[in-house]
Amino acid sequence: MSVGPAGGAGPTTHLNGEEEDMTVTAPPPVGIDPMSLPAVAQKRKARVARRLVMPALIFSIILTQIPFLLAIVFSTLNWNQLRPDRIQFNWFANYLVVFTGPDFLPSLISTVTITGSSVILSLLFGLVFALLLDRSFRGQALARTLVITPFLVMPAAAALIWKWSMLDANVGMVNWALELVGLPAVAWNTEFPIVTVIMMLTWQYTPFFMLILLAGLQSQSREVLEAASVDGAGPVRTFQWMTLPHLRQYIEIATLLGSIMMLQVFDPIAIMTKGTGGTKTLSYLLYERAFIGLDVGEAAAFGVVTVVLTIVTTTIILRSLFSVFIEGGKR
Amino acid sequence: MRSLRSTLITTFTWILVALFFFPILWMVFTAFKSEADAGSIPPKFIVDLTLQQFEAVFNRGMGYYLLQSTLASVGSTLIVLALAIPAAYGLSIRPIKKVQDVLFFFISTRFMPVAAIILPLFLILKTIGGLDNIVTLVLLYTAINLPIAIWMMRSFFSEVPLEIIEAAQIDGANLRTELVRVVLPIVLPGIAAVALISFIFAWNEYFIATLVTTVNARTTPPFLVSFVDGRGQFLAVLSAASTLAVLPVVIAGWAAQKQLVRGLAMGAVK
Repeated sequence: MSVGPAGGAGPTTHLNGEEEDMTVTAPPPVGIDPMSLPAVAQKRKARVARRLVMPALIFSIILTQIPFLLAIVFSTLNWNQLRPDRIQFNWFANYLVVFTGPDFLPSLISTVTITGSSVILSLLFGLVFALLLDRSFRGQALARTLVITPFLVMPAAAALIWKWSMLDANVGMVNWALELVGLPAVAWNTEFPIVTVIMMLTWQYTPFFMLILLAGLQSQSREVLEAASVDGAGPVRTFQWMTLPHLRQYIEIATLLGSIMMLQVFDPIAIMTKGTGGTKTLSYLLYERAFIGLDVGEAAAFGVVTVVLTIVTTTIILRSLFSVFIEGGKR
Repeated sequence: MRSLRSTLITTFTWILVALFFFPILWMVFTAFKSEADAGSIPPKFIVDLTLQQFEAVFNRGMGYYLLQSTLASVGSTLIVLALAIPAAYGLSIRPIKKVQDVLFFFISTRFMPVAAIILPLFLILKTIGGLDNIVTLVLLYTAINLPIAIWMMRSFFSEVPLEIIEAAQIDGANLRTELVRVVLPIVLPGIAAVALISFIFAWNEYFIATLVTTVNARTTPPFLVSFVDGRGQFLAVLSAASTLAVLPVVIAGWAAQKQLVRGLAMGAVK
């Protein structure tokens, strides 16, 4: 597979060569091979394409790269906001603070713990919901609609409702339900802040996993499943040997995209825990450094290190996402 | 026997769905209670419903914040479409060199944590007087949504058979008519998905809004937080404000579930 120009080398039928499975639905082109067009036309096309891409590219560069370049510059300065008259170049002193100080590593661990647990839980709940909602039963459409709703709810509103209405130690519904079945009340927000964040994230992202897995289940061939059933395979074996392997690709896509989204989690931390109890994720740490701390240089250095780390991680994630696409395309 | 098991599974499904949906249901229910009823333990399931919380919410100026949210999300969605459709089309009609690099550049900007560049951004905005301005939010949300929009749009364009476009070119259609008359109608559902996702992200965005706006350009999410009041009861009024805040996106998402799935998976799932 290839994304882009290399795909045009062969007689591909598509705007780009990425999705080979599409050749099934579209017949091969008759007589027009793009590469056989005169070179002049090709050049003209390239120029047109570049002109179409430029506005978006320039816009993106101005709004995202200039602040980042500034962050790199700031990160080499000794710049305290209380003393704006004494800004000095100080090489890598700020980076030394990032790597030897007490903040960065715990924050990285928090981010990985919160993201990891929430992804695994969302995946499990998402799979359960997808399997249950794939059956046909009365009100199936309504049930699906209700289940996707948490993903649509504004995260700030969800965090507020969870914190004050669901998990509050005194008037929260969760504690009321616990007492109903004879369990002691729990001071969720103060004693288990990390659990509250994971609960809330799991609740929000389960629909996302469910939607992708459901799409996977529905793309499974009914005939094959019926054949398996006729051959005497029980539901458990059918699930283990047929459904699960089929779902693998969808599980991978959901996990990768879900992780990328959750790695940046900020809203529930800011609203529910303020970074207490092991919930100070990288996003929250950066915010604290930038707006509560006064050291611009250090804050910028934390930012630069986080960006490099994120870009490396997400590039690996995206490359494997592409390999998912490749496998999918070759099927 | 078989139907009994089926009934059991269906019942189990509904119990799970009800539990899962409960926080939202409870939020809407609480919004119609008085503060005294909302804060009572054990919780009251039968109460006199009242609209007084919604009245209170609007008296505190929620209308203005909803308007700012609308401006920011609709404005940025329109610019996203205006930039992403041509760009994705440009990346789809063949020979730009390094299409893959351009795509990776776009998508990597989306995954760069906003928190990492928020300080320089803030200082730039402060210097040029762009703080607390709705145009700033529109532009920032555009920058955030643009990468995913281009990525998604490209996956929709890639399904347009090349011969349709080539046929249009042979007919002598110029680029604009080719794009508008031939290609756009085919990818219209994709455009709807892109618009929906952009709108949802912008409407729900909290982090940037809370930092670069104070009064004039304040949107709904940071406004909601101001309902938390250390001195008195606020559950009912908070629930009323939250209900209003989530309504537009929830309704839009319910109405366009199919587009949502494709959009969320960035076109990876058909």
